[in-house]
This record gives sequence, C-alpha cells and structure tokens, in this order.
Amino acid sequence: MSFESALRCRECGREYPLDPIFSCEFCFGPLEVDYDYDGIRAAMSRESISAGPATLWRYAELLPCDPQYRVDLGTGFTPLIRADRLAERLGLERLWLKNDTVNPTWSFKDRVVSVAIARAREFGFDAMACASTGNLANSVAAHASSAGMEAYVFIPDDLEQGKVVNSNVYDPTLVMVEGSYDDVNRLCTELSADRNWAFVNINVRPYYAEGSRTLAFEVAEQLGWRAPDHVVAPLASGSLYTKIWKGFKEFERVGLIDEPQTRMSGAQATGCSPIAKAYKEGTLNFLPQKPDTIARSLAIGNPADGYYALKTMEETGGGAEMTSDAEIIEGVKLLAETEGIFAETAGGVTIACLKKMVESGHIRPQEETVAFITGAGLKTVEAVQGQLTEPLRVPANAEAFDEALGARHPVLAGAPAGGA
Amino acid sequence: MATKRVRFTFEPNQIKRPVIYELGHKFEVVTSIRMADVDDSIGWVVLELEGDSDEIERSVAWAREVGVRVDDATLGDVVEGS
Repeated sequence: MSFESALRCRECGREYPLDPIFSCEFCFGPLEVDYDYDGIRAAMSRESISAGPATLWRYAELLPCDPQYRVDLGTGFTPLIRADRLAERLGLERLWLKNDTVNPTWSFKDRVVSVAIARAREFGFDAMACASTGNLANSVAAHASSAGMEAYVFIPDDLEQGKVVNSNVYDPTLVMVEGSYDDVNRLCTELSADRNWAFVNINVRPYYAEGSRTLAFEVAEQLGWRAPDHVVAPLASGSLYTKIWKGFKEFERVGLIDEPQTRMSGAQATGCSPIAKAYKEGTLNFLPQKPDTIARSLAIGNPADGYYALKTMEETGGGAEMTSDAEIIEGVKLLAETEGIFAETAGGVTIACLKKMVESGHIRPQEETVAFITGAGLKTVEAVQGQLTEPLRVPANAEAFDEALGARHPVLAGAPAGGA
Repeated sequence: MATKRVRFTFEPNQIKRPVIYELGHKFEVVTSIRMADVDDSIGWVVLELEGDSDEIERSVAWAREVGVRVDDATLGDVVEGS
C-alpha cells in the first residue's frame, strides 16, 4: 500500500492530482509529493522496517509509488561506515560515511530512478528518458532494460568513453547531442513537451526526487533510530541535499525518531558553485554559472533546487563550502587511503569540503557527522590518472624487488626476519 | 497563440533597466509575472510569455542580447550527472 495523497506547490501550496506534472499552473513553482502521514504512522514501525528487505523498498510506505510496479535491482540499504582513520586525520571525534558507491549502477541515482520507473509504469508509460552527464544515464538505461521498457538517454557528445559504455551496454537509444551543455538542456526540454515518455527529471521529477529521502531513512535507522548532528552532502541541483533533510523530518513526523537537530551542509566544486557562492554572499538568490570543473556529476550551473538548498542551510544552521579541482583529487585520494573507498570526483568534493569545514570551525570536533559518498571512482578514472604513486616495475626476481623497494622505502627492503 | 514559461535572471548592473517593459513594447508578446525577487546582488523574475511562437523566440533572443539570462521557469538545468 502507498500513502501519497497529492502533489503540492512548494511556493504557493496549491494542491494537484498525482499526475505526471511538475510545475504549478499559477506561480510555476515546483511540485512536491504530499503524504497521508497519519496513515504511514499507523502502518509503519521500527519493527516492520527492520523485518523488510535489505533495499530501499523497506521504506515502501514512504515512497510515492505502488510497490507492485517496482523494478528491483537491489538498490539501497548501503553501508554506513564508521570512518575512524579519516576522522583522526580531519580532527573529528565521530565520522560516518554513507557509502552509496555500492548501488547496482554504482551511484545514488539508482534510488531516484527506482522510484521514477515504478511510478512511470503505474502511469502506463512504456518509455523512460533522461539527460545526463553519466550517473543518471547509467541508472535509467539499466532499470529500463530490466523492466523491458524503451530508454532514450541524452548525453553531451564529449563524454568520457567509460561513461558512454556504462550506459550503452544496456542497449538504450543513446543520443550524443552535438553542441553546448545548454543546447542539450534546450533539446531535452523541448522533447519532453511533446513525447509520451517518462522523462525522469522533468515530468516525473516530483516522484523521482523523493527517492533521495531513503538516504536519510537509512542513516537514521543505521545510527540506531536517530539523526546525526551534522551532514555533509554534495550539491548539484540541490535536490539530494534538500531531500535528505526532508527525510529526517518525515521520520520524526511518523514517530520513528526524535526531532532532528541536524545541521545540513553542502559541498560544491569552485568551478560550479552557484549555491555555495550565494551562501557565502548571504543571499537566497543564486546566480547561474557556466560549469568548469572535473566534478562533472556536480556540474549543474542552474540548480533547480538551489533556492531550497539555501533555505535548508538557513533553517538548520548548516552551510556550504567549495573546493578547487586539485583539492578534489586530494579528497578522492584521502578517502581511498584512509577508508578504502574509491569515490568519483563528487566524493572528492564532499571530502575536501568536509576537511575545509572542520579546519574553519564550521563543523566542531565533537559533532557526529555523516558524509555522503554518492558515486564510485571507476566512473571517473581519468580524474586521478597521473596523480597517483607510480607502481614499482621489476623483473621477476626477489633481488630486483628488494632493490626497487629499498629505493622507495629504505626501511622496508630485505626479506622479513624469520621468513622461509 | 503559444506560451512559454521563463525565468529571467538579472545581475546588479541590469536591475534598474526595465527589460520586461521594453520587451512588451518591442515585441507582440504579452508578459505575465508570476514570481520575482530582487536583492542587492541579484534579481530574478518568473513570467509567462504569450504570443506567436516565433515572436516569443525573438523576444527571448533579444533579452539574452541585452544581457539577461533566460532559463526554463521551473526546471533549472535538465542535464544531470550526480
């Protein structure tokens, strides 16, 4: 059973039926799903959730789709890892990493697409579509393939080969659009208006975006039914970040946790930082920006939820930070070297900004902090190539190995004492 | 008659220019403002343009020429990565 009750305008509050629509007819504000929270409170408990599947469908009552239409690749309920080595390096007492690199197509986008495709099937669409620089394209292509639906995936024509292959292997109609980033935007907006497709981040966006709340549900459950003191999440459109906060508040509303006191902070690359810049200038009105960063998965120059992200910072006492491309690489390496997680560049942005926020005192050492790692590093191998320690290259004999090791690490050279 | 929902973003040096008034006089386009906000650093207006579709496109091109950023009213960037 599902408990979504209506769509509601986030600006003027007008109510709309649960249709494939995304904006208010009056003020053009974005629509968001509303729920029968009393019904959810009666239907859901800590015990019922704990007995559910080890996927995001354990929170089915809080998702805006009928679970019978789900396309389940095993998304969600990803590890929340206590990161003591990284915490020590940064100067934090308690740090957790929400490791969403382990989803079926290796990014958190599987959460939003899981919900979007279930709702699209419920609406009767037989084709999915999206415009993406990588992660979303991979996820839409995979889920549509699993559901036996058509998929139309639009990407800029200069994408890295790895990202192209990661979508193309599922055999969607993959369209490489010539022209600028803005040209891709314009084409997809135009196509979405006259094709009978479920365009995941356009006409089914209100449902799609709700999938990100499952990150908050999982973190609260994995922490023992409570929200953390501080969250650091990457900012692209601002949707993920705002939905994490919505998720914590909803868990309180249905009686699963106490009132969250979480300070919500966001991370952007300096080369695409409209939200972080607006935060630092003390305004809720951001200036759209032409992206120029290696963190292409965060390269949203005109973020649809930027205003709401800034409102969330204001409401929770959080903030935003930005970081250079060189610092992003250092962030990727620091995470890998201390915690064994290879994140894509967005993870480097999150870790580099987390480091800056601790150094500046924005995050206090005793605040229990959760950082969200949203995509796997194998998607952006190019970013770290040439930035890592060169491997030792030796002939196949022990003497040559010891010589090479000694040249790099003098104290480690030679056979171990007591060795055979 | 066609309609188009757009968001105009103005940087500080453009805030005093009555762009929407000028647009309504230069082109056969009706402008209907739905939401707006202006502060010291930036201003934006969400509006609906109504008229012949080619005339709407000409008016939008002119707004861009005079330095206004023009986007879809609700969506922001449609292309997504992470």
